Amino acid sequence: MFDFTLPSLGADMDEGKLIEWKVKPGDTVRKGQVVAIVDTSKAAVDVEIWQDGVVHELLVEPGERIPVGTVLATLLEPGEKPPPEGAASAGERAGKLTPAAAPGASEAARQRISPAARRRAEALGVDIARLMGSGPGGAVTLADVEAAAQPGASKSAETVPVAHPEADRNAEMRRAIAAAMSRSKREIPHYYLVETIPMARAQRWLAQVNEGRPITGRLLMAVLQLKAVAAALAQYPEMNGFFRDGRFESVPAAHIGVAISLRQGGLIAPALHDVGSKPLDQLMRELADLVKRTRAGSLRSSEMSDPTITVTNLGEQGVESVMGVIYPPQVALVGFGRIMERPWVEDGTLVVTPTVVASLAADHRVSDGHRGALFLAELRECLQRPEEL
Amino acid sequence: MRVSYREAMRQALHDALVSDPRVFLMGEDVGRYGGTYAVSKGFYDEFGPERIRDTPLSELGFVGAGIGAALGGMRPIVEVMTVNFSLLALDQIVNSAALLRHMSGGQVSVPLVIRMATGAGRQLAAQHSHSLENWYAHIPGIRVLAPATIADARGMLAPALADPDPVVIFEHAQLYNTEDELRDEPNEDWRCDIERAAIRRPGSRLTVITYGGSLPKALEAADELARDGIDVEVLDLRVLRPLDTETIAESVSRTHRAVIVDEGWRSGSLAAEVMARIVERCFYDLDAPPVRVCSEEVPIPYAKHMEDAALPQAAKIVAAVREVLNV
Repeated sequence: MFDFTLPSLGADMDEGKLIEWKVKPGDTVRKGQVVAIVDTSKAAVDVEIWQDGVVHELLVEPGERIPVGTVLATLLEPGEKPPPEGAASAGERAGKLTPAAAPGASEAARQRISPAARRRAEALGVDIARLMGSGPGGAVTLADVEAAAQPGASKSAETVPVAHPEADRNAEMRRAIAAAMSRSKREIPHYYLVETIPMARAQRWLAQVNEGRPITGRLLMAVLQLKAVAAALAQYPEMNGFFRDGRFESVPAAHIGVAISLRQGGLIAPALHDVGSKPLDQLMRELADLVKRTRAGSLRSSEMSDPTITVTNLGEQGVESVMGVIYPPQVALVGFGRIMERPWVEDGTLVVTPTVVASLAADHRVSDGHRGALFLAELRECLQRPEEL
Repeated sequence: MRVSYREAMRQALHDALVSDPRVFLMGEDVGRYGGTYAVSKGFYDEFGPERIRDTPLSELGFVGAGIGAALGGMRPIVEVMTVNFSLLALDQIVNSAALLRHMSGGQVSVPLVIRMATGAGRQLAAQHSHSLENWYAHIPGIRVLAPATIADARGMLAPALADPDPVVIFEHAQLYNTEDELRDEPNEDWRCDIERAAIRRPGSRLTVITYGGSLPKALEAADELARDGIDVEVLDLRVLRPLDTETIAESVSRTHRAVIVDEGWRSGSLAAEVMARIVERCFYDLDAPPVRVCSEEVPIPYAKHMEDAALPQAAKIVAAVREVLNV
């Protein structure tokens, strides 16, 4: 038997609302299968499971708001027999709620319940595991139990009509971005480096590749840039991963968070998975799909929680360069400005050539400016050899 | 009639001296000087040097003399200038006064009252400012009182003198100038019980438990919280030994939360004892962990701002209450 808990789908998420179960007890699930849809402040996310098994018990009802770390369901290992009736069900096992201690924490800690609340809950027949605590340290208090025992208590919150769901979503997203970015600037000692990269070779190569292709089949420079970032990351792994619990965790694959602005405002940077190992054409298709699904509000949980670095490209907006704010717990962000023609000295001759200003914002707890500079130089060199990407 | 704590204590002593010829007052500067805190002002002239006895600066000696007088049938009231100096007399109080009934197999008792000032807040520096009530509250064989109101200052001495065993009365130095109305009917009997704690302010959401000089601070905090709609109960222990566990448990079982305010240091404090009893008696009624507001664990500083910072204050009590209620 194992627990399926609500994952943190980004540093700015501490709770979510279960919209729909995609499975029911008895269903066999495979690793990577979407089992539930959870509404976060940013989008309705398809939540995947990361272990094969058979659904045993669903513990959360659609419509409930739940903190990250809450056990949503219990599953049996493949081949495991269900426990006999009457044995302690998962609902009775302690430790179903994590009061959103640290973002990204997924291990369920023992639920805090005051002794008085526990006794009252027993008397009233209230399932304390389903309660969110309002006491110190998120503890469930007498008042929480008594509120839950009111007839129709759990429904009342849902029957309140929501006047402007879209406006609420925007406000929520703003709040979430504010929390994540404030945390970033508060905790991460950023350092910034910029490098102007000649883009003539890359542009020429791209034009050749795209020649004769239909518009829908053409590669964009953005894909080339993402691939180049992945190639450079392979040499400088300290830019790729997470800083958690006071130490850096390097991640072998480059799951690049692509910053995508939303029409109604705000942005999401979902992961384009394992950019380094995929051919450009596949990346192009996946990027187009990712952008489309992001704007439609339909992302998968792994796309929300996996990014190991973020790339932001504000070239389309016409700015020359961008100095990014790292999205915790990531440790670096690469920014590209507009590709523009600049006077350039090449082999002692002044020429006019297309260039782009690439910037690196990196976490000084993990890397130093020297390595950051080498990383940017590697990125520059990768973009001079587009045919190798 | 509006009187000060000092005046209430003076009247209580005066009554005792007038009503019982066995009563006499003894201590440093209680006679010609009128008492360090002016509680016995005028007594020397009124009752004479036989009954208002100035002593040398020798706590061990004059507390011992008081014990001897009590054994001999007198009803001595011994004043020790502050609890800080009473440590010199600990042997007499702990090894003699508290134990003689036991050691003599019940043949003798020690009907002695020891009064001492305690507490900080008057810029008297570390050697005059500590709160060591818990040292005495630890000892079986003595009763320990902490009058915090004018009525208790007026009414606790008589039953203390009537007690056949030693009674230690702690008068917080910052209380002497506090004033309140005191009942004053003809033939008024001011005597009060020296058994029970008292609810000084009823409330529903949390019990603030305190005693002595911290009571006015707790009441001030309760007033401030009430302005924000937070209704807390304030319980005055009054009797530090034996503790009135029943009243504490009744209150906390009703409010489900407790903040304990004690001017003593946290480690090994009376507050720790109260908290332990709450957990023993009320565990299943608690809706949040109890919290203590005690003095910082430093010698009480001389400088005003540092002394203020080291002591429990109304603002600290308010903050502790808010922490427990998570509001």
